[in-house]
Amino acid sequence: MSNFTKEDIQYYANFARIDMPDAEAEKFATRLDTLLEFSDRLKELDTTDVEPMTHPLAIVNVLREDTPEDILDRDEMLKSVEDHEDGLIKVPNILD
Amino acid sequence: MNFETIVGLEVHVELKTNTKIFSPAPAHFGAAPNMNIHPTDLAYPGTLPTMNKQAIDFGMKASMALNCDVARVMNFDRKHYFYPDNPKAYQVSQDDRPVGANGWIEIEVDGYKKKIRIERVHLEEDAGKLTHSDNGYSLVDLNRQGTPLIEIVTEADIRTPNEAYAFLEKLKAIIQYTGVSDVRMEEGSLRCDANISLRPYGQEEFGTKTELKNLNSFNFVRRGIANEVERQEKLLLSGEKIVQQTRRYDETTGQTVLMRIKGSANDYRFIDDPDLPEIVIDEDWIERVRAEIPELPDARKNRYVNELDLPAYDAHVLTLTKEMSDFFDETVKAGADAKLASNWLMGGVSEYLNAEGKELKETPITPAGLASLVKLISDGTISSKIAKKVFKELAENGGDAAVIVKEKGLVQISDEGTLRKVIGEILDANEQSIEDYKNGKDRAVGFLVGQVMKATKGQANPPLVNKLLLDEISKR
Repeated sequence: MSNFTKEDIQYYANFARIDMPDAEAEKFATRLDTLLEFSDRLKELDTTDVEPMTHPLAIVNVLREDTPEDILDRDEMLKSVEDHEDGLIKVPNILD
Repeated sequence: MNFETIVGLEVHVELKTNTKIFSPAPAHFGAAPNMNIHPTDLAYPGTLPTMNKQAIDFGMKASMALNCDVARVMNFDRKHYFYPDNPKAYQVSQDDRPVGANGWIEIEVDGYKKKIRIERVHLEEDAGKLTHSDNGYSLVDLNRQGTPLIEIVTEADIRTPNEAYAFLEKLKAIIQYTGVSDVRMEEGSLRCDANISLRPYGQEEFGTKTELKNLNSFNFVRRGIANEVERQEKLLLSGEKIVQQTRRYDETTGQTVLMRIKGSANDYRFIDDPDLPEIVIDEDWIERVRAEIPELPDARKNRYVNELDLPAYDAHVLTLTKEMSDFFDETVKAGADAKLASNWLMGGVSEYLNAEGKELKETPITPAGLASLVKLISDGTISSKIAKKVFKELAENGGDAAVIVKEKGLVQISDEGTLRKVIGEILDANEQSIEDYKNGKDRAVGFLVGQVMKATKGQANPPLVNKLLLDEISKR
């Protein structure tokens, strides 16, 4: 069954601020459909005796003490941003 | 048509941990911009978040203090959104298994008591801070990114702006007592959004709500809700529909205005955070945290009223902060009369703190010092007028009231012989006043008492002066 449309792909691409031309959107829609079909096949398995999984990792309580450690050098970090001013990162305005 | 106001609050409280919730970067207010950042806060490739144990303890503690059930198994979820305050493009939060659920707190407002239910308390990370400019760009400081928060979500139980105010005041006190946060709105460690809707009285179904943001003080919460209710009421009465939207409270105009955020359609696409394993909380863990919760404001209030015979008003004011309440308890323990100690804390001490813009702990005043002052007043060693002078000394330099009184020679003069001598001199010098008094002018006595107080530099025992003065006049 076909689920994803070109519009769905563009809807999600918009959230991630990814420019998505129609042709590519159609390609991704088909690929995602394939993935969805694969996951649908899992539903065919008999899981009667399988314990429900609530998390991908089977370990619990991985905790850290509340002690500060080394952090990023600011100048180093600011090298990876497009623009900055007085130690602050400059981004396009997000309020209309 | 009359409408019922329906309000639910979402309150964010920053937890007072040393480090961030998922990284070992320092978490504190006031550092220079972008100085407290760990690669994990930015989700750099190859980083792995690890859970701060203290943040979980604090989340549990707050949940218990708010009468919530504490989760036995919980996990963290990614809430996806794209906004420059968070370079990860997702916030780690708790969706379907929050640390606390089904709680309540009781408020007392406009003469009635009411329980406000708390739907949930969940742990999450804060985002960075944006400063908007008019020049086409915004400035980002990511120090706050990853600071642990709890979000407290109430049921839509609040019916008036005053109830909202009382809820926040109570919530702040409870959280502050537990010590998990500074709960300072001015520093952003307590933030509040309000969901507001109206419905005709008798209607079960809720109306369309608006979300109100930028409420930077409890008073603004109260005024913002009142203003939004007024706006919605006008629309409904003129037959228009309420549009679900986010609005901002404008402090200067007192109005709420529509907030337009580019691309603000919400589709958070929650997933379990695969990097953060589940947390399983056992009975021992719960009991250890529970044992750390101090006596909370309501319990103290009851103790003050029932055991110390304080008026309910005093008990309320004294328990608003743990600092004040602890100070009061210590003062009474040091031997001070409870009501007098309360009067001083709510009166002279508070006036001094307000005038100086200080907190108790920033002054040299100690419970023992205040108790020594109260004791001198109780046993008549000093008058309340002298007490004010002694207090000023205590507030500025600390110490013991008895020592100050002795050193400065401020002991109240209650010796009849000494006072009669002074009164005699005053009467000799003010024959006209005696005449006036005998002619029925009672005010003349006040003048004469004033003269005696002046001659004794305020140290004479006022009731005694009054009595002896009338006695001396009658002899003339």
